[in-house]
Amino acid sequence: MSLVPFPFLGPTTPTIFERSRPGRSGTSVPRPDVPTRPLEELIPARHLRASPPRLPEVPEHEAVRHYTEISLKNHHVDRALYPLGSCTMKYNPKVNEQMARLGGFAGLHPFTPAEAVQGALALMHELGEMLGEIAGMDAVTLQPAAGAQGELTGVLLMRAYHQSRGEAQRRRVLIPDSAHGTNPATVALAGFEVSELKSNEAGRLSVKALREALDERVAGLMLTNPNTLGVFESAILEISELVHEAGGLMYMDGANLNALTGIARPGDMGYDIVHFNLHKTFSTPHGGGGPGAGPVAVMSHLEPFLPVPTVTSEDGVLSLDWDRPRSIGRVHGFYGNFGVLVRAYTFIRMLGQSGLREMAEAAVLNNAYLSARLESRFPLPYGRGMHESVFSGAELKKKTGVKTLDVAKRLLDYGFHAPTVYFPLIVAEALLTEPTETETKEELDRYADALISIAAEAESDPELVTGAPHGTPVRRLDEGRAGRELDVRWSFPEG
Amino acid sequence: MSFLTHSEADRQEMLAAVGVSSVRELYGDIPASLILADPLPLPDPLSEWEATSLVSGHAARNAELVCFAGAGIYDHHVPAAVDHVLRRSEFYTAYTPYQPEVSQGTLQSIYEFQTMVCELTGLDVANASIYDGATATAEAVLMSLSVTRRKEIVLAGHLHPHYRQVVRTYTQGLDVSLLNVGAGEAGTVEEGALEVTDATACVVVQSPNALGLIEELSPLAERIHDAGALLVCAVADPVPLALIRPPGEQGADVVAGEGQPFGNSPSFGGPVVGLFAAREKFIRKMPGRIVGATEDTEGRRGYVLTLQAREQQIRRERATSNICTNQGLNALAATLHLAMLGREGLRQVAETSVQNAHYAAARILELDGFELLYPDTPFVREFAVRTPEDPRTILSRGLERGLLAGVRLGRFPDLETPDGLLLAFTEKRTRAEIDRLVDVLAGR
Repeated sequence: MSLVPFPFLGPTTPTIFERSRPGRSGTSVPRPDVPTRPLEELIPARHLRASPPRLPEVPEHEAVRHYTEISLKNHHVDRALYPLGSCTMKYNPKVNEQMARLGGFAGLHPFTPAEAVQGALALMHELGEMLGEIAGMDAVTLQPAAGAQGELTGVLLMRAYHQSRGEAQRRRVLIPDSAHGTNPATVALAGFEVSELKSNEAGRLSVKALREALDERVAGLMLTNPNTLGVFESAILEISELVHEAGGLMYMDGANLNALTGIARPGDMGYDIVHFNLHKTFSTPHGGGGPGAGPVAVMSHLEPFLPVPTVTSEDGVLSLDWDRPRSIGRVHGFYGNFGVLVRAYTFIRMLGQSGLREMAEAAVLNNAYLSARLESRFPLPYGRGMHESVFSGAELKKKTGVKTLDVAKRLLDYGFHAPTVYFPLIVAEALLTEPTETETKEELDRYADALISIAAEAESDPELVTGAPHGTPVRRLDEGRAGRELDVRWSFPEG
Repeated sequence: MSFLTHSEADRQEMLAAVGVSSVRELYGDIPASLILADPLPLPDPLSEWEATSLVSGHAARNAELVCFAGAGIYDHHVPAAVDHVLRRSEFYTAYTPYQPEVSQGTLQSIYEFQTMVCELTGLDVANASIYDGATATAEAVLMSLSVTRRKEIVLAGHLHPHYRQVVRTYTQGLDVSLLNVGAGEAGTVEEGALEVTDATACVVVQSPNALGLIEELSPLAERIHDAGALLVCAVADPVPLALIRPPGEQGADVVAGEGQPFGNSPSFGGPVVGLFAAREKFIRKMPGRIVGATEDTEGRRGYVLTLQAREQQIRRERATSNICTNQGLNALAATLHLAMLGREGLRQVAETSVQNAHYAAARILELDGFELLYPDTPFVREFAVRTPEDPRTILSRGLERGLLAGVRLGRFPDLETPDGLLLAFTEKRTRAEIDRLVDVLAGR
């Protein structure tokens, strides 16, 4: 098993500000061809800034060289496996990029009258319908800009629903202890309280704990499915029935639908609300941290509360409907991350009915195969998951002193990104691993071989692993120092 | 077209290794009644070419217009080199930099972005981005509530109606009140009209405001700080920051803004990039990712995500915000564009926009029945005019001539202005185009 050094292993790259020299000019900008007047006659001097913002002064090609150089220090999906569990780092089809940049989309101003944006609205309308089918639900908003904003939308929908029924006292949201951090953070942001439910020994929501927690103050249950352990909540029908009987709503964090698309639908499971992350299941690029898109699908009883505006179609003419008096309001400045919607739409249309199902099946097969290859070295405390599995490094740590963090860092030397580590919180030394459907058997083997090799290194030469990474653009970084001695912007030299 | 990987032989080999005979066996945990018997009613697959034709057909049904609309989204030129770098797989197919040793490209670019945002706003620290200007404003309000532990929010003057609505959405579940203070006769916020008490967490003022007018922030800041509240300056248009005094210099504690004009196309309003900057003392209450510099084990400079104890992945329900995915690639686009424009280039973008706007204003005021809504208050590159006929008629006339003749004020009842048009100008507009706009307005 060979190591894969990074393309760029040179010295530290100075910041763009250090490359700047006074008087060097960048890209050229049109000068006015209208009659001009001195700026001070147009804007009173008291409003003008004394000195310009200290942006770098570099020629365009120097900027290109600078950002190209630093780009080479990034791991990325087009280089090799990127198995961050719950993040779904799959291949980003290149055609999507071309489509989002078409002049009729990229150049479109959001306040263009509806008659001149029929194509954009048609795409949104059709995407909403398709997501509704995938969810098995009645109505969709495309406005949330990311998963966490989809969650906020969903929890505010719960709130509006209960208020409309005179049940404003329902302010408690139940969340399993395996949930993603955005779930409890969102509930708090919506002004609700979080009640955490313990998972059972199988990694599933405990029906007993649920029964005990349900009362007339419960607004609903937020339940990822398959949950963050990759395990399907097989009692979901009973769970939904219990929550509904108690007057609550069922919210599915559907950020990751990679196991279920075309196989089973949240609506059939009894969920009332589900949000999607188009940047996970539907292949839009993660962009080094965004943009995403977090559409929300709902059952008909929640439809009146969806954010404004919604896209409506009447006799083939599309428009934006602002007249929705019971709406929770708008969650985004405009209509959400439209460019991301174009990419997801292109992907869904290419895969179509059969391709989406095959996508899910391949994601599950890849994860099962990788789990089978690894579980003798890295146990699966809750068993194999569907599209992702959580391995534990606890035994390895006990035997060798090598922690999951060290294993993660050593993987970087083998040319892979690490899985999500130390999450979910209920697994000790967790390695949450999601290979996705777009990896070949050979790539999965390479990755499994690397982990097996690292486990062997941990026994034979633990310091090699605890000292990793060795072949990356920088070695292990002092995160404590970054927090203590804050340096979060370039300090310009005096004068 | 699909992106599937395996041949039938691969599948069989993998299934055998797993010890099952079919993929469906791997779905054994799902109750049989939930497995779809029939395929979803979705269209059949398309080849890449078929999909391209279809999607291009949708794009072609949107009009490509000469744009005089603004109101938070502006039509600037983005240099080809920006998109070229943006399309590097190293940037756009990476994720949030959870493993800093293999994410230095993303991390360093965010550090540079944070620096640029500080320079533009005149504040000490900035984060890695929020979704857009409206949500950045809502996050600034939430931060103010948390910093002051007070429960009253004042939205003053001509704040972008969508920003106002998003603040309302974000705070609807919280036990807080929103107060509106209208603009004065000049169209800007009057110090005397501000109601700031010891219950006030923050006052939100937009500058340039939703009608393009420059606000006098300094006297407001003094009054707000005397009451122990925060001044949040919303910026729906960041280009003027190249020329006008930065809000941080005038006493703003937080700037929540939109960065779209830097490197990001209008794209029907998204994805764009929310800017968030604040005084350093608030950094531990700030929402979102923050990148900091540090050293590796060999003493080399490097960058990491820092102060993560504020964030949802650690703090869960006590996090400063629920934000996780942000607008990383859009922040990179802004960084690239600002780096390539540089000090002089950005000034020139702003100055050409200003000259175009003032030329247009002078020409429009020569027309019968047109007047500025606030003729005595300075604006930068966007202004509101009353029109002698229904603005809808003018906009339709514009569409026929390939031109988006501004934004109709009547679509924003929250602004409480008479109907009219809001017109914005960028460095892309030429004299000939502006003269054509004037003809459209005049009905010629």
